[in-house]
Amino acid sequence: MSDEQHTESAHDHAQDHARPDTTAGKPTVDGPVKVASRHVDVFYGEKQAIKDVSLDIAPNEVTAFIGPSGCGKSTFLRALNRMNDIIDICRVTGDIRLDGDDIYDRRVDVVQLRARVGMVFQKPNPFPKSIYENVAYGPRIHGLVAHKDELDEIVHTSLDRAGLLNEVKDRLETPGTGLSGGQQQRLCIARAIAVSPEVILMDEPCSALDPIATAKIEELIDELRENYTIVIVTHSMQQAARVSQRTAFFHLGHLVEMGDTETIFTNPEHRLTQGYITGRFG
Amino acid sequence: MDTLLVIAAILVLAAVGFAFGRRRAVVQSAGVPARLHSLPGYHGHFVALWAAVPALVLLAIWVPLEPVLAMNAALDYFQAHVSEPGNMESIRQSKLALLLGIPQDATTLRLDELGADQYALMQTEIRNTAVGTATTGHSAFIQEVADYYARYRTTSYLIMFAAAVGVAGAGAGFAWSRVAPEMRARNRVEAAVKWFMILCSTVAILTTVGIVLSLLFEALRFFSRIPVTEFLFGLHWSPQTAIREDQVGSTGAFGAVPLFAGTMLISFIAMCVAVPIGLLSAIYMAEYAHSKVRAVVKPLLEILAGIPTVVYGFFAALTVAPFFRDLGDAVGLDVSSESALAAGVVMGIMIIPFVSSLSDDVITAVPQSMREGSYGLGATKSETVRRVILPAALPGIVGGVLLAVSRAIGETMIVVMAAGLGANLTANPLEAVTTVTVQIVTLLVGDQEFDSSKTLAAFALGLVLFVMTLLLNIVALHVVRKYREQYE
Amino acid sequence: MTPPSGSPATATEKMRASLKRRYAAERRFQAYGIVAILLALGMLVTLFATIISTGTSAFVQHTVRLDVTLFPQDIDPDGTRDPAVLRRANYQTTINDALYSLFPEATSRQDRRAVRDLVSSGANFVVRDMVLADPSLVGQRISVRVPLASEFDQVLKGNVDPAVDLGVIREASTSVPWSLPPDERLISETQADYLQQLVRQGEIEGSFNRWFFTNGDSRQPELAGIWGAAVGSFFTLVVTLALSFPIGVAAAVYLEEFAPKNRWTDIIEVNINNLAAVPSIVFGLLGLAVFLQFFGLPRSAPVVGGLVLTLMTLPTIIIASRAALKSVPPSIREAALGVGASKLQTITHHVLPLAMPGMLTGTIIGMAQALGETAPLLMIGMVAFVVDIPGSPLDSATVLPVQIFLWSDSPERGFTERTSAAIMCLLGFLIFMNAAAVLLRKRFERRW
Repeated sequence: MSDEQHTESAHDHAQDHARPDTTAGKPTVDGPVKVASRHVDVFYGEKQAIKDVSLDIAPNEVTAFIGPSGCGKSTFLRALNRMNDIIDICRVTGDIRLDGDDIYDRRVDVVQLRARVGMVFQKPNPFPKSIYENVAYGPRIHGLVAHKDELDEIVHTSLDRAGLLNEVKDRLETPGTGLSGGQQQRLCIARAIAVSPEVILMDEPCSALDPIATAKIEELIDELRENYTIVIVTHSMQQAARVSQRTAFFHLGHLVEMGDTETIFTNPEHRLTQGYITGRFG
Repeated sequence: MDTLLVIAAILVLAAVGFAFGRRRAVVQSAGVPARLHSLPGYHGHFVALWAAVPALVLLAIWVPLEPVLAMNAALDYFQAHVSEPGNMESIRQSKLALLLGIPQDATTLRLDELGADQYALMQTEIRNTAVGTATTGHSAFIQEVADYYARYRTTSYLIMFAAAVGVAGAGAGFAWSRVAPEMRARNRVEAAVKWFMILCSTVAILTTVGIVLSLLFEALRFFSRIPVTEFLFGLHWSPQTAIREDQVGSTGAFGAVPLFAGTMLISFIAMCVAVPIGLLSAIYMAEYAHSKVRAVVKPLLEILAGIPTVVYGFFAALTVAPFFRDLGDAVGLDVSSESALAAGVVMGIMIIPFVSSLSDDVITAVPQSMREGSYGLGATKSETVRRVILPAALPGIVGGVLLAVSRAIGETMIVVMAAGLGANLTANPLEAVTTVTVQIVTLLVGDQEFDSSKTLAAFALGLVLFVMTLLLNIVALHVVRKYREQYE
Repeated sequence: MTPPSGSPATATEKMRASLKRRYAAERRFQAYGIVAILLALGMLVTLFATIISTGTSAFVQHTVRLDVTLFPQDIDPDGTRDPAVLRRANYQTTINDALYSLFPEATSRQDRRAVRDLVSSGANFVVRDMVLADPSLVGQRISVRVPLASEFDQVLKGNVDPAVDLGVIREASTSVPWSLPPDERLISETQADYLQQLVRQGEIEGSFNRWFFTNGDSRQPELAGIWGAAVGSFFTLVVTLALSFPIGVAAAVYLEEFAPKNRWTDIIEVNINNLAAVPSIVFGLLGLAVFLQFFGLPRSAPVVGGLVLTLMTLPTIIIASRAALKSVPPSIREAALGVGASKLQTITHHVLPLAMPGMLTGTIIGMAQALGETAPLLMIGMVAFVVDIPGSPLDSATVLPVQIFLWSDSPERGFTERTSAAIMCLLGFLIFMNAAAVLLRKRFERRW
C-alpha cells in the first residue's frame, strides 16, 4: 500500500513549496452531482495526507484522479467509501456527501455505504474460492436474493458486464485465483458490480497488468459508465486521458485543479498541472 | 447435574427464539430480502442472544450464591431449634460431639462460639447428611437440619428454574417484538460477539491476576505465622514436624535458603550441560552443516523438547542416577543415588533444544554482510564465528540462556523424581539436594488441611518461584527484543 | 606507517606459518560442533533405547492354563443366573481347586500357599468376566488362561533372578539357574520348581498383554493397565480443547483484528508472553487455590485438570493463532470490505477459514504439551490411586503422565517395565499429534 508515501509527502515544508489556490468550496461540476466533498482533511496520526480538498463527482461519468506518487489521490479515494476506517490512526474531517447524505454521519452504516460505493483495488485480490463464489459473495451477505436462480442470474450478468463471462462460463467452479492477472481484475470488477453499487472506486486497477489486459479493462470502464459512476486513480496520464471525462490533479495532498479531461490535458490553468502533464516532474 | 438441566432449558429456548426471530424477519421482508437491514439469520441470532445471555448471567450469579444462602438458612434453623428438648442429646450421642468438643452435659450450642475449623466441620456435616454420605454416625437433629437444608435447596432450585426460563422467555419475547426490517440486528449481534472476544482476551489477564492474588494471599497468611526474614534467610528447612498443630515444636523450620541453594545448584549443572552443547550445535548447524544434515538433525533435536518431563524424570532415576553412582563407586567417590548431578544433567539434556533453537535464531539473524566482511579479510570460518558472529549475537544468546535458566528453575518433574527430599545446604553436586519445586510438590501432594503452615509454605515458595521466573523472563525478553531491533 | 612485520615478504611468510595453526583451530572448532550434536543425539538415542528395552516386555504377559470347574453351588446356588449374583460370587475357590489339582503333591499349608501365589490375585476377575459374558458356563468345566503373578512373569521374561528361558527349560531338564543368595530371591525354591513343572507341561504361555490396555491402575503389577489413565487423559484433553480453542481463537481474533493499539492491549500482549513462560507448577497452585478452594470443584477430577491446562495452553494457542491471522494478506480483507462485508463477516467468511490450518496446528501442539504435563495436575490431586475407569469428567481420575509418575515410584520390577511401556504409549500419542500438526502445516501451507 502506498499509505506511507502519503504521509511522507505531508511534511510541513511542502506547504510553502506550492500552495495552489484551490477551488475550495466552489462546485467543480456544473450539473448533477453524485458525490460532493467539502474541506476534507485526512490525517495519519499527526501527519496530514489530504488538505482541504473540495470536489464534486458527476454521475455516470468517469472521474480520474491523477498526480505524482504520494500526492494523496488514493487516500482521498479511500475516504469516499470509508476504507480508511480500517486504519486505526487515520482520521477524516470535513464533509463528504453521497447524493446529499453525509457519509461520515454517525448513523451511517459503513457496511451499507460500501455496498453503494464499491471498490476495485490496485492488485487483483480474488478470494481463494471459486469464481462463482467470488461474485456471489456480495449479494449473499447483503441478502439481495431469495433464490438460487436469482443468484445465478446476478453472477452471470455481473461476469458478463465485466466482460469475463465468455472466458469463464465453463469453469465457474474453479478457483478465482487460478485466472490470469487481467482476468482476476475483471473478476474483482464483476464482484464489485454484483452488489449493484452506485459508485465504483478503482485504485490504479491496471497497475499490475500487462498492456493487453489493461486495454480490456479500460474498454470495460468505458462501458460501465452507462450504469455506474466511476472514480479511478491512475498513474498513467494516457489512461486518464483515454477513459475519463473529468480529471482532478492532486499534488502533496492538495487538489490543484479539476476540470474536463480535455481542458486539463490541453489547457491547464495551473502551472503545476502543466508541469506534470508535460512530464517535467512526476 | 441439575444446573445442566437449567442450561439445557435456556439453550432450547434460545434455539426456539432463533427460529421465531428468523421467521418474523422473513415474513416482514415480504419476499424482498433487500428490504431488511440485516439478513434474517441475524435477527434470529439477535433473539437467541436476548434469550440466552440474561438467563445465563442470572444462573452464573445463582450457582455460587445458592449453596451459601441455603447453608446460612440451615444454620439459622439449627440455632433456633438446638435448645429444644432432645436435640442436644441426639448431637451428644453422635461422633460429631466428639469432633466439635461438646461437653457431655451441654444443653445448647452457640454456633458463633465455635472455632473456624469446627464451624466448617458443622457445615460439612450438614451437607454430607443431606446427601447421605455422613460418616460421623446419626443424629436425629442433624438429620432434621439436613432435611431442612435439602428442602431449601430443592425449593430454591425450582424457583431458579422458573426464573431462568422466565427471564429467557421474556428476553426472547422482547427481542422478537423488536424485529423489524430497519432494525440493525447485524450490528447488535456483532457487538455482542465483539464483547465476547474482548472477554476472552482478558482471560490471560485474569489468569495472571489469579496467580498473583492466590499466591500473595496464601503467602501473606504464611508470613503472618513465620516471619519473612526467617523464610528468606533461614538456613534450616524441615516442615515435616508441623503436621499436627498440638505437637511440641509444631512450628517446624521454614528457612528456605537450602532450597534456593539446591535449585541454583541443579540449574547451574543443567546450564553447564545445555549451554555448551546447545550453543555449539547451533553454531555448527547455522554455519557449517549442509542443508540436508540440518533438515534431519534439527527436527531430531526438537524431539528432545517434545518429550514430557516425567519421562526425563524416569530416565534420570532409572538410568542416569545409578550410572553416576556406579561411576563414583568405581573411582572411589561416594555419590548419592539422588545426586544433584544426575538431576542436573538430565535437566540439561531437556534444555539443549531450547538453547540451541534460540541461539540458532539469534545467529542466523546476524547480517550476512558481517560474515562477508570477515571472510573478505581472509578470516577462517571459526575465526569469523568466534570474533564476529558470537560477539554480535551475544546479547541475544544471553537472553536465550536467561530464558533457559528460568525454565530450569521452574522445572518440576525431573527433580521430583530424581532429586532428594532432604534440605541439604551444600555445593557438592554428588550429594542429594532438594529444590523449591520439589518442596512445593511434597508439601501439597497428599491430604492435609488447607491452612496449615505446611500448605501455606508451598504457596510462599510458589510466590518466590513466580517472582524469580517472571523477573528472568522480563529481563530476557527485553534483551532479546533489543537485540532483534538492532538488526531489523 | 610500517607494519610491525617489516617487509611484505616476511608478512606472507608469517601468515603461511600461522596458517597451519589456524586451520587446526578451524578443524577443532568444527569437531566441537559435531561432538556437541553427537552428544545431544546420543542422549536422545540412550533415552529411547532405555525406555524401549525396559518397556517392550510389558506388552507380553505369561498366563497359565487352568481347567476350572464352575460348580453351580459355589457360584449361583439359587440358579437365578442374575448378573448381580454372578458378579458377587466367589470364584477364588474354583481357581484354587484347579491349582491344587495341578500340584497334588502340595499338601502342607505352606506349599498350598506357594501354589496359590503362582497366579495373579486378579485371576478370579478373568473367570468372573467369562461367566458374566456367558452365564451358561456355570456348571461346566472350562479351560481358562489366567495371568501369572508378576514375580513369575518377570522370572520368565528374564528380568529378575532366576532368569528362566521358557524354551530352554521346555527342551532340556536343566534346573533353575539361581545367582542370588536365597534371602534375596524374589520367589522361593519351591515356587521355582512349580513354575518349572508348569513350563515343562506346556501350560504356560507368553501372549499379548491385553490387560495392560484394558485395566485401570492396580497394586498388582500384572493387573495394572493404562486404560484408566488414558480415559482420564482423554477427558482432561477434551475439556482443555473445548475451552482453550474457542477462547484462544476469539482472543487472538480480537487482539489481531479489532483491538486498538493502546496501553490496555499492550498489557494483554506482554501478559500473554509472560504467561507462556510461567512454570507449569504455578498454574497448579492457581488451580488448587482458585478452582478447588475458592470454587469448591471436586478434587482429582479431569474437569479441573482441563481448566488448569486450559489456562496453561491458552498462551500457546493465542500466539499461534495470531501468527496465522497475520499471515493472511490484507488484500483479502480489503476485498471483502470493499464489497460491503462487515468486519466480522470479513473475518468469519474469509480470514478465519484461511487462518484455520495455522490455528489448528498451534492447537494440536498446545494439546500435545497438555497431554505430557504432570506437575500442575499433582497439585489438584490427580495423583489419587484410581482403580475404576472414569466415566465422566467429574469422576476421580488420573492421567497418563501422572500414572507414569506413580508407577515409577513403585519398587516392583513389574512396575518398572509398565512405566516404560506407558511412556512408549504416551510418546506414541505425542508423536502422532506432532506428526498430524506437521502434516496439517504442509498440506495447507499457502504461499501468497
